[in-house]
Amino acid sequence: MPYESEERDGDARRVWIDEDGPVLVQGPVEVVLPDGRTARSDRFTVALCVCRRSRAYPWCDTSHRLVPRTGQGTGTGPPQRKGTPDADHGT
Amino acid sequence: MPITAPEYAEPRRTAPALPAPRGEISARLLTALRSGRAPDPVGAAADADGLGDDLHLALYVLYELHYQGFEALPEQLEWDPALLALRHTLEERFLAALRAGVPGVPDVRAALMGLLVEPTGHDPTSVTHFLQKQGEPWHLREYAALRSLYHLKEADPHCWVLPRLHGRAKAGMVAVLYDEFGAGRAEQVHARLFADLMADLGLETEYGRYVDAAPGEMLAVVNLMSLCGLRRALRGASVGHFAAVEVTSSPGSRRLAKALRRTGAGAAAVRFYEEHVEADAVHEQVVRREVIGGLLDQEPRLEEDVVFGIEAMVLLEDRLGATLLSRWHHHRSALRTPSA
Repeated sequence: MPYESEERDGDARRVWIDEDGPVLVQGPVEVVLPDGRTARSDRFTVALCVCRRSRAYPWCDTSHRLVPRTGQGTGTGPPQRKGTPDADHGT
Repeated sequence: MPITAPEYAEPRRTAPALPAPRGEISARLLTALRSGRAPDPVGAAADADGLGDDLHLALYVLYELHYQGFEALPEQLEWDPALLALRHTLEERFLAALRAGVPGVPDVRAALMGLLVEPTGHDPTSVTHFLQKQGEPWHLREYAALRSLYHLKEADPHCWVLPRLHGRAKAGMVAVLYDEFGAGRAEQVHARLFADLMADLGLETEYGRYVDAAPGEMLAVVNLMSLCGLRRALRGASVGHFAAVEVTSSPGSRRLAKALRRTGAGAAAVRFYEEHVEADAVHEQVVRREVIGGLLDQEPRLEEDVVFGIEAMVLLEDRLGATLLSRWHHHRSALRTPSA
């Protein structure tokens, strides 16, 4: 994200690591993959998959959210929904 | 990647005709608009069903005066005091129904918790799961026709919140909206991508073309965005709504892209949803961290409103989903007028 919640040290590029999800990098970004191919994204912020489950790898596609359907979570918080609602995909 | 859609015709180059009434409130409103006289004051509106078809068509028409207007109606009606008064009465009924229907969890984290997990396997209560697994081309055409009420003005309702935000919340919101509007490229504006999808599926792309076909449950989904966008007091709800849409969009978009590919839709149709898989995985993060995080740092008392926006979105989407699935499971059209 090209904006920051705290003072930044000079012009260092800041990278955010989501607790359970992707790594966010200010775009545009070129990612060199293990097989030598290069993936490029011009988006203002890019979400890099680090769980390796993305079907759009190296970009995050929210696959890190996948949990077994029978799981009841940690037992904390409200009961979980059966699934996500069908939003106006997307905005 | 070439776009398969034929020549592009801008859906908003013209204003639509007024839709057909659905009850006393909308009939009186439409009569007033056509005659150029003020609508009968309040009357039936004061105790109308806040989630009803009649109320939502009336609200939809009143909101459209702020977007595209209607054919042959004076543009000045947008700020007509009698129409604004009627809108206010209808909005209060709508808000009361929403407040009575949402669970009201204590904080944003709890409100988003259920949306941030994605159970594996088939979910029989989800429209996108249904479409991915067994959707036929006519289901996908109906789905796109209904969603066009929003997607042909995609992200427009959330732009109204911008002047009410500042600092991180504003910067984050603008960055995401910039992406929605094609990052400076007209052919990448998401509303344009959706028009390309509609053309690919053989739908008509004129703005407002499917309003008469849309059940009240769909109108309510769009009306919620307009309501929260137009009221500064609901800026927290507008941001919460936007976050809920972004959070849920990515996995649903992947299912819809699969459904379209499986049913043989063209590249333009698949592209709309594929773009949203990756884009909204980013948008979700920015909206949660910068927009909600920024807003609540600045105005912590708005947390309740952010939760309301999230929960109201979920409530109305679940209601719409149940309506669509009940029709489709009985092999019936989900449209009021079988026009797609």
